[in-house]
Formats: sequence, C-alpha cells, structure tokens
Amino acid sequence: MVNSLQIIGIEKIYDGIKVLESISLDIVTGIVISLVGVNGSGKTTLLRIISGLEIPTKGSILSKNSKLRAQDLRQISTMVFQKSVMFNENVYDNIAFGLKIRGFTKEEIDEKVSKALDLVQLNGFENRKAKKLSGGEQQRVALARAFVIEPEILLLDEPTANLDPSNAIVIERVIKDLGERNSCIIILATHNLHQARRLSNEIVHMHSGRILEIADPEQFFKHPSTTITKKFINGDLQF
Amino acid sequence: MLETIIEAFSKAIGLILSGDPEILSIAFRSICISGFATLLSCIWGLPIAIIIGLSSFRGKRLVRSFFNAMLGIPTVALGLILYLLLSKSGPLGIFRLLYTPLGISIGQALLITPILVSFAGSALESTDVDIRDLAKTLGASNIQTNFKIIDEAIWGITLSIIASFNRAFAELGIAMMIGGNIRYATRVLTTSIALETARGEIAFSIALGLILMAVVFSITFLINFLRRG
Repeated sequence: MVNSLQIIGIEKIYDGIKVLESISLDIVTGIVISLVGVNGSGKTTLLRIISGLEIPTKGSILSKNSKLRAQDLRQISTMVFQKSVMFNENVYDNIAFGLKIRGFTKEEIDEKVSKALDLVQLNGFENRKAKKLSGGEQQRVALARAFVIEPEILLLDEPTANLDPSNAIVIERVIKDLGERNSCIIILATHNLHQARRLSNEIVHMHSGRILEIADPEQFFKHPSTTITKKFINGDLQF
Repeated sequence: MLETIIEAFSKAIGLILSGDPEILSIAFRSICISGFATLLSCIWGLPIAIIIGLSSFRGKRLVRSFFNAMLGIPTVALGLILYLLLSKSGPLGIFRLLYTPLGISIGQALLITPILVSFAGSALESTDVDIRDLAKTLGASNIQTNFKIIDEAIWGITLSIIASFNRAFAELGIAMMIGGNIRYATRVLTTSIALETARGEIAFSIALGLILMAVVFSITFLINFLRRG
C-alpha cells in the first residue's frame, strides 16, 4: 500500500521542447490534489508520468523511499482520460476488464461491477453497448472502471470537461466520496477553479511546465503568492 | 441485344437451378482454391500485420510502404513471374506446382498478402493509441494490452481477410497463367468465364458470373450481419 508519494525533480522533454521542469511534490494518501493551470501548462503530461504511461526525461517518483518504475506505477494507479475511451464491449465488460486482469472470480466481479454502477448511478446499464452511451454516461463508466479496481492512485484528467451539469454533479459526488474514504491518492487535473475549490484539499498551480504555487483552497484563493496565480484566479491570464 | 441478354440470363438461372454438375464443381473448386490461398496468406500475413500494427521498429515505414505499393501489382505480372519460377526449367520447377490447384493457391496467397497486411495493419494501428493507454492504465501487461488491441481491431482484421478472399476469388491472371484452365483440374470461375465468353457460351458465362458475385456478396453480407448481431 502506497501511503505517500514523492515526486522529485521531474522533467519531460518532447522533441527538444521542455514541457515539464523541476516538478516536485509530496502527496499523502487520503487527500485530493487539484492540478490547475492553463492549456499547455503540463497537467496532463504530469498525470501521464504518474500513471506510468510516460517516462520522465529526468527525476523520479518514490514511495517509502523506493523508486517506482513505470510498470510499478501502472500497477498501483489508474487514469481517467479527458476524452472517455471505451472498449468495444458492453458496460459490464468495460468495468470488469481491470478486475479480470487481477484474477477476481466471476461472483466478486459481479458484485464489484454492480456496486460501481450503483455509485455512478448507472444501474441497469450492464448490457448496454458502452460506445453507444452519451458522453456523460461514458465518462461515468470510465470513472467506475477506474475506481472499481481500488487503485492506490487515482488520476483524473479533466473528468467533467464538456459535460452537462447533471453528469458533472454525479462525477464530482463520486470523487468527493472517494476522497472522503481516505483510501487512495486522488489527483485531479482541471480548468475549473470552482471544482478544484469544491473537491480538493490542496491546489497545485502549474504554468509553463512548472509548479508556481501549492496551497490549500482557502489560502490559494485568498492569498495567492504569485502574480501569475493571481491573474489566473481572476481570469486575467493571457495564454 | 437486350433480348439476347435476357434469354442468356434466364438460361443461366436455369443452369444454376438445375444443379449443373460442371458449374457446381467449378464453383466448389474456386472456393477451395481461394479459401486455401486466404488461409496461407493469413499464416504469414497476419503475423506481419500484427508486428507492423503493434510495434515500432527501424524501417517500419519502409516495410509498410512496400506492402502498400504491392497492393496495385497487376495479377498478370505476378502470374508471369510465378510462371517463370514454377515452370519446369525455373528455379522452383522441381516442386511441380505449375498447372496445379496448389500452385494457383500459392500465387493467389502472394497476391492478397499485401491487402491483408496493409488493411489488418491499419486496423490495428488505428485502434492502438487510446486502447493501449487505457489497457495499460487498468493494469494490463504488454501481452494483455496487445491481445486487447487485437480484440478491439478484430472486425477490421476480419474485413481485411474477407477483402483478401474476395480479391483471390475474383482474380483471373494467376489462375489462368499458373493453373492453365484445365477442365476438371484447375478450371475456376474466372478462367471459365473468360473461356466460355470467348466461345460464345454467354448463358454459361453469366451463370458462372452470377455464382461468383453471389459468393462474394453472401460472405460480405454474412460478416456484416454477424457484426451487427
């Protein structure tokens, strides 16, 4: 079980362009961290590195003082993408995929899938083709598919972007529930400052691949320490 | 002219409905030869498509370009090359494959391999990125991820196999040059249509042509039906 995660000096270079620079963070289980920042600030790249989908050019991620490789990270984390990706199967099989890989029995899978669907308010959707659901419903399936495997790190990349309010409310409620259980680290990348305020214990402001500010929501909104963060909060940041 | 065509069509349908043994044997032989050709091309073509579709390696673009370029190879040109290779005095003459059904199958398999590799490879590549990330982030190993991608691309791969079979089934050049259109031995639907048309047996040609199209359409419709189901 990962109780904490230390991200130390992460740097990522794509085609000679530095997209992340000197990223360091200490995260403990049971808190929800929001990564906020304008497009291109490096939020998604950081999430992909923490999820083990990308390998950093420099730096490392540690847990209990031991370095986690990409394949270790993939075993303990899971990510919900901004654009929901569905397997060409029904909702049940989509949610059951990660459980089957982990060797759960049919009965266990049935029970977990049913509970997960209950939580995202999609009871009775088991046999529906996942790709034929609406965008909001697909994102709820994606969220259920992610938390059903009980990851130690749950990474959410703009999970409510482009969704109608009713779907966004369901997703936010699930994130809040998961956060209150204190069972995993939740890192949420979002453009939505109100959402970050509602859901997180800590807000990380990223800009041009760097971390500018880390603070609890109250401190972050009332007393931002940098001019760029102030401008970002006030919506005055040009990008 | 129109009356002649209508008369030929009604004769053709009569021939099919009467179960003319020669027509049936030609149709059956065609299906067997092209079916075996498709099987052969799957044996060597699908692994190539999977490698191209699922991995990155030096020279991948070159390999893909080669198969794309081979899509347009004229069947008579390939037939001629194979004829020279398989003829008695050719380097592969010792295998005695010229004028045999197996010879036609091998020729057709070579002809359709680029179709299979290009289409199946593209189906896998277009599935790859998002599904790969998704499977990995749900904890799948590299092998499990690759199996999942193949599973997701299965209809694209199936369609590439069907397209390959249809191409083999409807080609003339290789069947004529390698098979020699020998009655009761290597005569298939396309070579038979060419011969009967040249002989003025239009009704017989139309009957064979109808069977040819019926087989192609039936398989394609069946696959589409199964996909929807």
